[in-house]
Amino acid sequence: MSVMANNVAHRIRDDFPILGKPMNGHRLAFLDSAASAQKPQVVIDAERECYESYYANIHRGVYSLSQQSTQAYEAVRGVVKRFINAPDEREIVFVRGATEAINLVAQSFVRPKLGPGDEVLITGMEHHANIVPWQMVTEATGAKLVVVPVNDDGTLDVAAYRERLNERTRFVSFVHVSNTLGTVNPAEEMIALAKAKSIPVLLDGAQSAPHMPVDIQALGADFYCFSGHKTYGPSGVGVLWGRLELLEAMPPYQGGGDMIRTVSFEKTEYAEPPQRFEAGTPNIAGVIGMGAGLEYLEGVGMAAVAAHEQTLLSYATEQLKALPGLKIIGTAPQKTGVISFVMEDAHPHDIGTILDMDGVAVRTGHHCTQPLMARFGVPATARASFGVYTVGDDIDALVSGLKRVRKMFA
Amino acid sequence: MSNLRDLYQEVILDHNKNPRNYGVLEPHTHAADGHNPLCGDQLHVQLNLSQAGTIEAIQFTGDGCAISKASASIMTDSLQGLTIAEAQELMAQFQTLVTDMSKEPDPKLGKLAVLAGVREYPMRVKCATLPWHTFHAAIQGDVEVSTE
Ligand SMILES: Cc1ncc(COP(=O)(O)O)c(C=O)c1O
Repeated sequence: MSVMANNVAHRIRDDFPILGKPMNGHRLAFLDSAASAQKPQVVIDAERECYESYYANIHRGVYSLSQQSTQAYEAVRGVVKRFINAPDEREIVFVRGATEAINLVAQSFVRPKLGPGDEVLITGMEHHANIVPWQMVTEATGAKLVVVPVNDDGTLDVAAYRERLNERTRFVSFVHVSNTLGTVNPAEEMIALAKAKSIPVLLDGAQSAPHMPVDIQALGADFYCFSGHKTYGPSGVGVLWGRLELLEAMPPYQGGGDMIRTVSFEKTEYAEPPQRFEAGTPNIAGVIGMGAGLEYLEGVGMAAVAAHEQTLLSYATEQLKALPGLKIIGTAPQKTGVISFVMEDAHPHDIGTILDMDGVAVRTGHHCTQPLMARFGVPATARASFGVYTVGDDIDALVSGLKRVRKMFA
Repeated sequence: MSNLRDLYQEVILDHNKNPRNYGVLEPHTHAADGHNPLCGDQLHVQLNLSQAGTIEAIQFTGDGCAISKASASIMTDSLQGLTIAEAQELMAQFQTLVTDMSKEPDPKLGKLAVLAGVREYPMRVKCATLPWHTFHAAIQGDVEVSTE
């Protein structure tokens, strides 16, 4: 372990109240940040402060509280713009999370363009959130869902991707970083290949936004999304970023209050983006909390976050590889801090329960990527994933827990 | 929180490693596939019912965690020779065993009682009950059952 990285993370741990709480009588080793991250005090305080000091519905009242709430909510667009280097605040749409963002694009942008014989291209390592919405729109329109295969090491078969991009491809949607394998896809190259054929692209950033610097202008995508709960903010909020000219041409996703300019029974005029896509009262305090989470990450620095998680990844990979009977699934050269594994004789669910008793929290199951599990011929894996607060002690607790598992099942 | 030993008792670890009545039963009168989508567990139960409604033979195959495998192993052991009515009564008692903390295990459960520890782990109850749901589906004439 690099001593410096470890020191910074140890200081960071103090910002997260939950990490100080014992779990089943042990120090908590939280290794499931890929599913959802823990919250720093600043996020908890931002949400509480909103409710305690200035909460009211937004965009509606002329009174001070409403204006203050509106300002705090709208200010988060600026934070997101900076965080992903978006050109324009109007391109930041607040949604419930990555899932809703993908559904929004599928229904409002892609579905009207699809007809029989058209194709939507995704990859074999997608989260169900980036599979099912595309099945829904392709089934409804007679279009076809085409899938790019995954190589044995967990990288994407980019040659196959190239081949499957063709004149019938209407849209490409793929994961920036796999939540199950940790694979970082060559997004810039893949997007450039699609754009060369004028095919629009959505990049699912649920696992990239929390773990690496993201510059969406450099990436070149048309849509990008992530979930606030994985970037150390509250659950139930997230971001869809889309190019302004595309958002402007899109019909609303849902109808209601806040997304209109004028309503009469004869005709309703829709508001401009982003309001057009934010029907109804949103999760106001949640958005404000999400902003605090992103600012927290900015404070640590995304380059430092990525470097820290790389140090942990090498350390943990080395330690786990040394355990007999353990096999890591996903060994791409470019990975984030995610390690999926299986063990001889011990089922992932048994591993998860036994580790829990040592205070070690890992995710077990299919990680909402059942087709990927089928690809690797396993029903489930155990997965350890890291965050800003992960330290060498967490990995050591995992390794000693796994040794115990092995003893029990040997 | 109970001790982990209550869940992974020696008996359970042994049934997991050396499951009883494991293998295909051909021919059979009843069969069903059980599936737990949460863990990807997959279980097949095959049995022979006599004209009089007695379980003459019951076997299982499949892939799952230690709890579901041990549960299937002990279940098939316990069901041999029972009538359908007796089997259903045992199933109800087992369900109570793994879900109801307030009750002492029914003595009729015999060695099935080793699975009582599961009730402390709500996420794992389905692992223990999957074999029973699959058995139930088989005698009902269903071919497939899912715990979801
Ligand atoms: C890669 C990826 N995409 C999409 C999602 C869906 O995110 P949410 O459930 O927050 O909408 C997740 C969450 O696990 C994910 O990891």
